Amino acid sequence: MAELKHLLGIAELTRSEILAILEQARRFREVLDRPIPIVPALRGKTIVNLFFEPSTRTITSFTLAATRLSAQCLNFSAAASSTKKGESLLDTVENIEAMRVDGVVVRHSAAGVAHFLARRVNCFVVNAGDGCHEHPTQALLDSFTLLERLGSYSREAKGLPYSRAGLESLDGKRVLIIGDIAHSRVARSNIICLNKLGAQVAVCGPPTLVPAEVEKLGCEVFYRLEKILYQVDVIHMLRLQAERMGSGLIPSLREYRQFYGLTRERLAQLKPEVVIIHPGPVNWGVEMDYDVREMPQSLIMNQVKNGVAVRMAVLYLLAAGRGQVNWEMTNEE
Amino acid sequence: MSKFIFSGGWVVDPIRDKIRRADVLVEDGLVKAVGTRLKEPQAKRIDCRGRFVAPGFIDLHCHLREPGTERSETIASGLWAAFASGFTQICPMPNTSPPIDSEALVRFELEAAAGAKGARVIPVGCCTKGRQGRELAELGGMSLAGARAVSDDGNWVSDAGVMRRVLEYAKTFNLLVMSHCEVPELSGSADEGLVATQLGLTSQPAVAEAIAAIRDIMLAEWCGTRIHICHVSSRLTVEVLRWAKQRGVEVSAETCPHYFTLTSERLLTFDSNYRINPPLRTEADRRAIVKGLADGTIDCISTDHAPHSLEDKEKEFETAAPGIIGFETAFSLGYEMLVLKKVLSLPELVARLSVVPAQILGIEPPVIEPGREANLVVLDTELKWELNKARIFSRSSNTPFLGRMMRGRVVATVLKNNLYFDSEFLTIDE
Repeated sequence: MAELKHLLGIAELTRSEILAILEQARRFREVLDRPIPIVPALRGKTIVNLFFEPSTRTITSFTLAATRLSAQCLNFSAAASSTKKGESLLDTVENIEAMRVDGVVVRHSAAGVAHFLARRVNCFVVNAGDGCHEHPTQALLDSFTLLERLGSYSREAKGLPYSRAGLESLDGKRVLIIGDIAHSRVARSNIICLNKLGAQVAVCGPPTLVPAEVEKLGCEVFYRLEKILYQVDVIHMLRLQAERMGSGLIPSLREYRQFYGLTRERLAQLKPEVVIIHPGPVNWGVEMDYDVREMPQSLIMNQVKNGVAVRMAVLYLLAAGRGQVNWEMTNEE
Repeated sequence: MSKFIFSGGWVVDPIRDKIRRADVLVEDGLVKAVGTRLKEPQAKRIDCRGRFVAPGFIDLHCHLREPGTERSETIASGLWAAFASGFTQICPMPNTSPPIDSEALVRFELEAAAGAKGARVIPVGCCTKGRQGRELAELGGMSLAGARAVSDDGNWVSDAGVMRRVLEYAKTFNLLVMSHCEVPELSGSADEGLVATQLGLTSQPAVAEAIAAIRDIMLAEWCGTRIHICHVSSRLTVEVLRWAKQRGVEVSAETCPHYFTLTSERLLTFDSNYRINPPLRTEADRRAIVKGLADGTIDCISTDHAPHSLEDKEKEFETAAPGIIGFETAFSLGYEMLVLKKVLSLPELVARLSVVPAQILGIEPPVIEPGREANLVVLDTELKWELNKARIFSRSSNTPFLGRMMRGRVVATVLKNNLYFDSEFLTIDE
């Protein structure tokens, strides 16, 4: 695999790069189950979480990933108001350069900020969500979670011998992404990632929340849930941001739930082998009813766990790509 | 300025669509003679063999940022940048800070220009006070001070009642009404379609421009006032214009070099130099713009020269100030994309940059004839040159064309006693 310089988006990754990250994540996933879930891979390295947008889960997940790799991790949270003044992004670049850190994990409300940083700093950059553009580690952990249940990794779970060759795909699996596609970086990264892993992707949402020409990214578009919901292997629910209401994109939360929610009634009709994922946090009672929590089909907690392993893999591979790793994980370990 | 002979070049007459080989003698800011083998012992000879001598260009649409944002451009720096790029007369848009919406501010602009070397300013005032789109600006007073056109550029006058008043009132003073067509409720930073979707950028569909154009065209027809549609970027708007012209409406339109050169795929790296308003659109739109220029649906080429300093441009894509500088690249991009691709002849390209904008403004078209003021450019169409910062005269260098090999170049510009010549590519024999 060509050395990864940055992780800016799934669009920049090849299928084999995605698989290499997921394979590394599988190994780290095993580490996380050990009594002492730490490896010395990034000892002495410094990683900065640069979050311009509020986040609890993602920043915790990245912090944990860095810590499990023995890296030092700092949080540099800029208040949203200072970014509105305009010049802080360039200032931030200079600050990062002056601090001489090894890697930056960036989240920002504007699309393209990870690209902006990557062009101007020497350390590696991980995109932890840029506006409505991409959220690549979320898509990677989603795919990892799906592979664990539906793909090659499930062989291990069933006690079958693990094989690396040719099995790490979601070939032919039908994945339906439901909700606010237009404003979702999770949806974009997932559509691209799932396509690269061989899945058939469909999206469903109100026409006001489905962006123009999205089908050209590689997905079928549905506006009525009933036409597709019961035919898919994976249901990927998106969070409905409350502010969409204010901008007049949907008439009411009630109507949204009625037409696009995983309601109690719809949940009752799902096949037992269907899988439900959600990037969290869930608006219970809007996009999904609370009943999902009790259902074996839900992999939402697996996603959270896998998120740490996937982020460890990303940080590890980016550091390794720059020759910054002096400890290698062997298969036996 | 003493005496100059522009010798041995091809003199372009865009009005008669003709080229003939002739010397041009310029004396004290006037064209003294045009003819073969002119002799004038005291004249400095500028070797124009293999080059074209054409009327000076007129830019109907540019931004000089003074007053208000002088870090990006001043009237003086902009007039010189325009002049060095072949423009002898330019129309700076009034969206300065404060906006040029009064007689006093038009006079300020002309005064600042009088102290500067380079192109001549043709003032454009605001349609409405403060560009707010609510109350008529003092069009009469601005006209008295020298304004030839009005525009709320950067904003569409979205209240139809206000636009009606602007059109009715402007007619009295023979002011050209220029419209920046963009329905604000449909606006966004990228063309609506795959690229905006992929990048997660806010988007504006082509109808945002076309709807605004069609409303203003219908209002103008009804009021019996001429209207000029600015920076046409989309196929839909070209179709609206074609329909309006067939109908006999007195409408004119401009486009800019970036709209016949670039498409929205360029945005994929998030380079904010491609953040332009109206946004770069699809290849189908680009082709429609070219076709519109070929058949005259789009009358002329303006630059929409929009200088922005690094402070305003080196930012998140969505918040970066929209626009690119355009003087330095206008002729060369026109030559490469239109003349070399056989869309327009060289005299036709020159016409779209000089005579046609003059006719739209209602000023005397520049021609190279004895007795007229010296107002000309020397064009070297053989030159290949790279755009780099040293070749940018503007105070800002926000252009995605940096590093690009350009075809054809303006090597000298003359307006009355002002002379620019490019010593890198042109020599004067004393």
